[in-house]
Amino acid sequence: MSEIIKLRTPLTTKDIERLKVGDRVQLTGKIYTARDMVHRRFMELIEKGEELPIDIKGQIIFYVGPAPPKPGYIIGSCGPTTSYRMDKFTPILYEMGLKGTIGKGKRSKEVREAIKKYKGVYLIATGGVAALLCKSIKDAKIVAYEDLATEAIRELTVEDFPLTVGNDCYGGDIFEEGVKRYRI
Amino acid sequence: MREIDVKKITETVAQLCIDANYYLPDDVFKALKKAREKEVSPVGKALLDEIFENLRIAGEEKLPMCQDCGTSVFLIELGQDVHIIGGNLYDAINEGVRKGYKEGYLRKSMTYDPVITRANTGDNTPAVIHTDIVPGDKIKICFCPKGGGCENMSTLKMMSPAEGMEGVKKFVLDFVKEASGNPCPPHIVGVGIGGSFEKAAFLAKKAVLRSPLGTHHPDERYAKVEDELLEEINKMGIGPMGFGGRMTALALHIEIHPAHVALMPVAININCHAARQKTAII
Repeated sequence: MSEIIKLRTPLTTKDIERLKVGDRVQLTGKIYTARDMVHRRFMELIEKGEELPIDIKGQIIFYVGPAPPKPGYIIGSCGPTTSYRMDKFTPILYEMGLKGTIGKGKRSKEVREAIKKYKGVYLIATGGVAALLCKSIKDAKIVAYEDLATEAIRELTVEDFPLTVGNDCYGGDIFEEGVKRYRI
Repeated sequence: MREIDVKKITETVAQLCIDANYYLPDDVFKALKKAREKEVSPVGKALLDEIFENLRIAGEEKLPMCQDCGTSVFLIELGQDVHIIGGNLYDAINEGVRKGYKEGYLRKSMTYDPVITRANTGDNTPAVIHTDIVPGDKIKICFCPKGGGCENMSTLKMMSPAEGMEGVKKFVLDFVKEASGNPCPPHIVGVGIGGSFEKAAFLAKKAVLRSPLGTHHPDERYAKVEDELLEEINKMGIGPMGFGGRMTALALHIEIHPAHVALMPVAININCHAARQKTAII
């Protein structure tokens, strides 16, 4: 396996260009949570020509609905949800300057093309290891849509958050490459 | 008639909700260990190691192993000689879910309305409850917190009987291939065949929850198909999380029911590697 690449948010195009499918990344900085309902609301705002509640330029969106924190914890278990449900809404966000998304599972052709065209990246966090992942989260606060409970937008401060590059800006796809290598 | 108070049911359910989300069943843990030994992909091995590390943290710190603490699915076997007192069974189960999800700091994922508002109910109720009436004076409660990611990787097809076993196999293999890394492999595949439209779906759920994992269907003709399909799935190259590897499924179980002369419904339900379930008998 390749060496671990350390990244810090917000991401630059230069950061993006270093990343290749299968690279292991440790991410540090601020990222934003958003999943199904937030994306529905974003689309309504974009259609009306209104501003989003967070500035997504250069930022990373993490598809997650965390578990509630136990006393003494910053956040509860916090792992990725399946990304394809956000596919329909994602190309426009990359077009608007979003640099990365974090989730699990494969992306649509349209998202992969947007990642290539607008120089973005799709990062994958291991699914179902949410107790492990919450250890890399150092701060969490709700910044919008509190009414959505677990689905609210949270600003997370992460430190060496472990990820794998799923789609790079060169059109690479970890799922296609993986299957090709191990299919019998 | 044996009397069982609803308070006892609520307490039992609350504890099941917490335990099932913190601790993986032994049979699934052993199957994952075996998968780690057999996996050839370095990335796949590393992912499986992350899974074990996660289970260690979840167990030691009493945290849900996955942030998705699921739809609360219950398979209840109610002895016909049980008399429930102090309230009704379904309210008692939902009260247990409410209590367990609150006290266990588990994520509440249920919405009041499936389409329009999708507002969260805030306590993970209502549960999805299936009840069987059986002989005896006990209640068996099997709780399965079923994650959304893998539950979405389900399907049902009213196949023509003319398509036969080859048709069934193709349907299953094509679907698992398409699901790729979405249901968090290495996963468990449940296949329900026969009965009616809704019976096949329920059989697929029972199949995915068969315990211990890897137990074969008693009819050896179907047991053979279980082995063949598992082997084919693990040749696909999907691997842990879909990143490439040999360990795509830990097990494949088939449940069957007799079918009408014109029918051959086939349903598929997948469970992720965090294949949680816990049973209690009162």
